[in-house]
Amino acid sequence: MYSPDLFLLVGFFIPLSIRMRMAVSKANIISDLQKEILLLQGFKPGSAGGTEGGLGLIKHAFPNATFPKGAVHEFISTTNESASASLGFIAGIASSLMKGGAPSVWISSKKSAFPPGLKTFGLEPHNIIFIQSRKPKEILWILEEALKTDCLSAVIADIGEISFLESRRLQLAVEQSKVTGLLLRRNPKNFSTACVTRWSIKPLPAEKKLIPGIGFPKWDVALLKVRNGKPGKWQMQWHDERFEFIERAITTYEQQQRKIV
Amino acid sequence: MKRFVSIWFPSLSTDWFELRKPELKKNAFVLVAPSHGRMIITAANSLANKRGIAKGMVLADAKAIFPSLQYFDDKPDLQSQLLQRIAEWCIRFTPASAVDPLGGIILDASGCSHLWGGDEAYITDILKRLKQKGYSAKAAIADTIGSAWAMARFSNERVIEKEKHLEALLTLPPESLRIEQKTSERLRNLGLRQVKNIISIPRSSLKRRFGDLIIQRINQAVGTEREFIQPVYPIEPFQERLPSFEPIQRIEGIEIALGQLLQKLCSRLQREGKGLRSAYFRCYCIDSHVTGIEISTSRPSNHIEHLFHLFSLKLSSIEPRLGIELFVLEATKLEDHTPLQEEFWKQTTGLNNNKLSEFIDRVCGKLGAGAVQRYLPDEHYWPERSFKEASSLKEQPTTQWKSDKPRPLQVLSPPEVVQVTAPVPDYPPLNFRYLGKLHKILRADGPERIEKEWWIEEGEHRDYYAVEDEEGNRYWLFRSGHYDEAKRPLWFIHGFFA
Repeated sequence: MYSPDLFLLVGFFIPLSIRMRMAVSKANIISDLQKEILLLQGFKPGSAGGTEGGLGLIKHAFPNATFPKGAVHEFISTTNESASASLGFIAGIASSLMKGGAPSVWISSKKSAFPPGLKTFGLEPHNIIFIQSRKPKEILWILEEALKTDCLSAVIADIGEISFLESRRLQLAVEQSKVTGLLLRRNPKNFSTACVTRWSIKPLPAEKKLIPGIGFPKWDVALLKVRNGKPGKWQMQWHDERFEFIERAITTYEQQQRKIV
Repeated sequence: MKRFVSIWFPSLSTDWFELRKPELKKNAFVLVAPSHGRMIITAANSLANKRGIAKGMVLADAKAIFPSLQYFDDKPDLQSQLLQRIAEWCIRFTPASAVDPLGGIILDASGCSHLWGGDEAYITDILKRLKQKGYSAKAAIADTIGSAWAMARFSNERVIEKEKHLEALLTLPPESLRIEQKTSERLRNLGLRQVKNIISIPRSSLKRRFGDLIIQRINQAVGTEREFIQPVYPIEPFQERLPSFEPIQRIEGIEIALGQLLQKLCSRLQREGKGLRSAYFRCYCIDSHVTGIEISTSRPSNHIEHLFHLFSLKLSSIEPRLGIELFVLEATKLEDHTPLQEEFWKQTTGLNNNKLSEFIDRVCGKLGAGAVQRYLPDEHYWPERSFKEASSLKEQPTTQWKSDKPRPLQVLSPPEVVQVTAPVPDYPPLNFRYLGKLHKILRADGPERIEKEWWIEEGEHRDYYAVEDEEGNRYWLFRSGHYDEAKRPLWFIHGFFA
């Protein structure tokens, strides 16, 4: 039997270099354990050549440095303009998810999306199935059914309010099918949902000194919540069919740890 | 030379009632239907006819003549349904049998009667078989539909020799020309009691007095004008059979048989635009034991893999015993099926394709087919026309999606009017007011002039500007028409850029 005292005693006599090595191996153990925990929570380490949702530059904000596919992502918008910005960002992510050729579904309450505009973000609009319904209940039903359909690459939904229970159902659906759900939520009131990430995308004005014209689509990207990752804020633009940083991440802050009672 | 048979059923409805209730044969009975607050006799059987009760009488009058007269409610579509079924049954006599819109059956017997040994034997066989079925009928064969029709109803001659139909017609009453009752009554009043009186009148005078129909009917009866019939085709059952050379006992063999049958059945379903809702796969074993499995789908389908998958879940329940010698696959329930989902299966490379189709099926089933759309590029510059709805999932784009000009992600349809301050011609406005909020324009691209395609629609062109306000929101604005200080053309907001 080794007592803690004995450990201390032994540690005292161990040369510094060996102690450093032990620290390194400890860090390895911890990271391995973290990975194991993530695996138990349903996050698989990214396979080589994974798409990362086209967000290669901010992938370190995500668990395992991989954009969580097979999860529900929320984009909060309060105005038509920010909804458009979010849709652009969503379209950019969806275009990298659709690289495999699998179709995706676009669910909305009215015919607002303009298919030729999607081409700008690298999407093939004819591979998208647009579904409309005016009734929120029907939209939720279509959304859940779509998320259960595992041959889709992504499900994009333009919806309003969603309750925690409903978001749980959506999360359960994607856990089975591994479809990525990208929800644009307009003017939401309820923020306690079971999504994996929550974003807020706002359009960014062009810099004054640059050449005239409105230039590339630019956004203020705020990752408000990410499960097991690091939320952050970035300024990005869409250029040459991919996301690009305008500047380095301005702020990165730790997610508030919730006390477990 | 054409030959036609016209079959007339003097008492079709009452025969049917007598077939259903044989005891009625001994009684006089009539069928009645309400009309103008009275019960009118629509059909009377032979016993009732003998007592002077005829079609068209009021039931109360008939009961006064014969108090113990039985009566039943007539079924409105009975006659046409019976005729349709009899016409289908008459396929045994000729490939082209049709329901006569004036009541009865018309058979195109051209080149058929020699198989029975002549016209006389042919007619006799038709009447004999109908008699066996319980229907009394009269029939005649002639060169034209009109003459056969007339002979069946107004003459006891059954066979009119070739090219003798005109002579046979001459002594018949005017009703035999298939004209309106009013016209025939007028003809009778004028003393024209036989067809020969009418035919000898110049056509122009006839037409002036009695209209076009009588001319057409005479021509059709004589044979100078062709008459067409719409043959009925009995529905072929959707059934495929596969006898096996040697008894099959192993599941691999059954799977091969099922695959081949599905291939045959589905190719026929696809040809005819049908999809099956339920199907039965029957296996006849050599010890005369019959076993089978049944599947059903939520939506009509004729997709081989999808159906095979459904069957394969149940294949293990088939007991081949000593071996199966005959496989029969039958579609027991069919529905019309648009080829919408099929091609989509082929497009995707994923393994669980049927799940997608099931998803689309479910959505279409719940919301209607209009809720699901797919868009293709269209070669138009006018934004509203730059894309079109795909007619099916099969349709592929014939042209590329254009991305050379800026296009917004969301559009307002229709575009909404905005108030602008635009002092400089052909420059973007300085600001605009949308939904009560003033947006100051800092940056803009444009103008991009898009003409209204005059060969489709007349109207003003649009000068589009992509503008950005001080918050970075990007809009798609356009001016409708030329800049004009006097006329003040309207400005619109059409969309939102990402």
